[in-house]
Amino acid sequence: MKRLLDVLREDCSLPGTKEGCGEGECGACSVLIDGRTVCSCLVPVVQVQGARVVTVEGLARAGRLSALQREFIQLGAAQCGICTPGMLVTAAELLRHARGRVPSEEEVREALAGNLCRCTGYQKIVDAVRAAARGGTSRNGAPATRLARAPGRSRAGTARTKRSRRRR
Amino acid sequence: MARRARPPRASRTVLRPPASVGRSVPRLEGPDKVTGRALYVDDLRVPGVLHGRTVRSTIARGRIQRVSLDPAFDWSGVVVADHRDIPGENLVALIEDDQPLLAAEEVRHAEEPILLLAHEDPERVEAATRAVQIEYEPLEPVLTIEDSLARKALLRGDDNVFKNILIERGDVERGLAGSDLVIEGEYRCGHQEQLYIENNGMIAERTPDGGLLVRGSLQCPYYVHKALVRAFALPPDQVRIVQTVTGGGFGGKEEYPSMIGGHAALLAWKSGRPVKIVYDRLEDIAATTKRHPAVIKLRTGVARDGMLVANAIDIVMDGGAYVTLSPVVLSRGAIHAAGPYRCPNVSIRARAVATNTPPNGAFRGFGAPQTQFAVECHMERIAAALGLDPLELRRRNAYRLGDVTPTGQVLRESVGALEALEAAARRARWAERRALHERENRAAEARERGDGLGSGAGPGRGRRERATNGAGPRANGRRLRRGIGLSLVYHGAGFTGSGEVKLGSVAALDLARDGRPRILAASTEIGQGTTTMFAQLVAEALGVTADFVAVETPDTGLVPDSGPTVASRTCMVVGGLLEKCARSMRERLELFAERPIKDGRDFQRIARRFLSERGPLRIERRYEKPPEIEWDDDRYRGDAYGVFSYGSCVVEVEVDLDTGETRVLRAVATADIGKAIHPILAAGQIEGGTIQGLGYGLLEEVRWKEGRVWNHQLTNYIIPTSMDAPPIEVVIVEQPYSRGPFGAKGVGELPMDAPAPAIVAAIAHATGARIDEIPVTPERLLEGLRDGDAGRDGSGSSPGSRRGGKRS
Repeated sequence: MKRLLDVLREDCSLPGTKEGCGEGECGACSVLIDGRTVCSCLVPVVQVQGARVVTVEGLARAGRLSALQREFIQLGAAQCGICTPGMLVTAAELLRHARGRVPSEEEVREALAGNLCRCTGYQKIVDAVRAAARGGTSRNGAPATRLARAPGRSRAGTARTKRSRRRR
Repeated sequence: MARRARPPRASRTVLRPPASVGRSVPRLEGPDKVTGRALYVDDLRVPGVLHGRTVRSTIARGRIQRVSLDPAFDWSGVVVADHRDIPGENLVALIEDDQPLLAAEEVRHAEEPILLLAHEDPERVEAATRAVQIEYEPLEPVLTIEDSLARKALLRGDDNVFKNILIERGDVERGLAGSDLVIEGEYRCGHQEQLYIENNGMIAERTPDGGLLVRGSLQCPYYVHKALVRAFALPPDQVRIVQTVTGGGFGGKEEYPSMIGGHAALLAWKSGRPVKIVYDRLEDIAATTKRHPAVIKLRTGVARDGMLVANAIDIVMDGGAYVTLSPVVLSRGAIHAAGPYRCPNVSIRARAVATNTPPNGAFRGFGAPQTQFAVECHMERIAAALGLDPLELRRRNAYRLGDVTPTGQVLRESVGALEALEAAARRARWAERRALHERENRAAEARERGDGLGSGAGPGRGRRERATNGAGPRANGRRLRRGIGLSLVYHGAGFTGSGEVKLGSVAALDLARDGRPRILAASTEIGQGTTTMFAQLVAEALGVTADFVAVETPDTGLVPDSGPTVASRTCMVVGGLLEKCARSMRERLELFAERPIKDGRDFQRIARRFLSERGPLRIERRYEKPPEIEWDDDRYRGDAYGVFSYGSCVVEVEVDLDTGETRVLRAVATADIGKAIHPILAAGQIEGGTIQGLGYGLLEEVRWKEGRVWNHQLTNYIIPTSMDAPPIEVVIVEQPYSRGPFGAKGVGELPMDAPAPAIVAAIAHATGARIDEIPVTPERLLEGLRDGDAGRDGSGSSPGSRRGGKRS
């Protein structure tokens, strides 16, 4: 049985989702299944029958980066970039649940605890997620990148089917 | 503090007000990385590719008797290669040529590669690895530093020593005899896995001209190039190495890609098909290099006022089964072993020994985190023995301008040790927090004794503290203590000693057809920001913006050899060459145009005209040794590095006395890096290094069984998560270095040196237990707390010798 990860990467030609460990520890393979973050290396592909799957490739809309993506660039939250797709996907779910509220630093850290990053020390990732929640004003007073202010404006945020909790 | 670090030399007139350098421009490859467009080696689609696998030794030492392929297995379509298939020399060329690409008759460590297999179907090739049987005549392995020193078996020469280094300054024995107090200590550090999130991987194919093209995740394209030229007996221009987007390196992709690249190339060579080898996590942790374990002893004489008088240091590092990079790791470790402190009498004896474990290799810091862990822990012990504040002890001894290092190097400029230290203490509110924790720990102790004192106290919750500390140390009957600790470190930028001269790095800048400047360098972007930082340096010198500058992929077919991407040298050394190229290019174009360049568009206009009227323009610069730098390789004396960066780290921890768990609540990291070309990238290096250092000090322990790693998974080799990592405050100090581009020194490795000893110091402050071995796992800490009173330092000084802590 193929893993969702392999189907995405090979059959769908969406290599943005990465494999870091193959056992659900590192979170590099995180995708949204019906709006929930899941490690796609642990999901047999049959389990997503009829579900809506969003990968990092689906976070930008019509070539326009989401607030999260822009803040990740602006604030240095992506270094080597291998964990970035999983981080973004996980953060997208957090922001959707926050519904416009800016999550505390601690909440962000908790939400991202399943996504390992070896480069950043996490501080800039936490900062970027919160900046995106604030509507993309970067902290250092640099002119804010223009963007629509709603967090969860990503496609992830629109996946609202009732068939949640397919798998964990 | 003297900020007059720049000696009067060739006036470095800034061409125009800083446009790019010093600004945090958006990372050039950022959009690719946040959209999934960046293609890492495993993302490349190669038609007809075979998947390669490696069959490895299951024992630590022995002779290979027989390799057999199970006849019951269907071997059709499986490519099998062993050492006899190697067209050139069976070795991974590096410092010494002692490591084979594939083991032939004997194995010297577990996981040593013996046989290579490839097949179109990754599952079939996986099954094939299980159908290979290897019979060995096992030999007694040597698995620890102690066994190697005791010559349990002879693996190398007559003493098992790969490399001996002796550094001497002054007269140590006399210095010790004349000291008021002599403090001894022994410190131990274990292996550490680099744990880049992208595993090692390479794709190799034969080229129509009979050569090889190898693409993959790597730090040093020309290392792989050199190794493959030897292994395949090919002329240099028929081996082409190309870096793919690389998901972290930290040294782990410095020398190992030569091995895996050689393997993929051999399978491609034999099969005539492209071959991809991408390790899974288990194989990557089990088989690839790690940080060298070390045992370090210090015997230090001090005067009553805390001034260091003499320091006798003995270092032993475990090199593993082959020499690989151990001599240079040892060298950097030894040179940094006395810490950033003035001391008139120093002797440093360092040895790297052979064991039958996988070769240890490059890992951010490169020997210096081990030795500075030891010296920093030792400074804590000295402070305690003298009853001095650890900050004050360091303040008194820290390097100043004009001080002399153990190799006799005079620190002529850019010495930011004190500034980094004071900035950390200030930002951390050292004295205030220290007093607070002491008060609250006493109150907690009293409360636990049940005398009712301090019931309302409990280690407090400063404004900065994290919400998850719950109700602080009072919570739920837990016995919690808090403490604060600091460290001061330094790190030489660039290759050690005559290394840069031997490398003779070259970087170039040319004009692309569209009239944009294009950087040609072998330095790799591995997450640290090379691409953006290079573009900024060039942009600044050309008077254009960074996004106008093109950066060529590190491809040995296109770029000159600018040396490896290691040793905190990329910005200072290669960036410096590029800055020079850019200044020269600007001069050429302005002479041609007979007027100054105004901006990017103007540049492009002039450049295009130049291209059509004069033809191509390519400017190249080779590293030249600054005349003031002198190094004697034989005597190990002189200027070990052009310059050092300095850093300090303060951490606050909370220790659970019952579970032995330590949480780092907060970290302050300061760094004197000369000049932050890109403040956000520089801070990213400091933050990332700090958390790797936290992992090194607290969490990351490689566990061994008969010479094999048994916790080779992310479930049991624990690196810090976002919950383990505290908020980090970074302060960048800029003491410019006259030879660095815009004053820049190195930043990549420095932050790795500081956190582990700061954490150990904070634990000691919280609990009184001095732990001399990292990582300080809960088990190790509980043990330390149990015989705590033995390891506990009194606050007063006692005359005579004190024997430092225990070994576990």
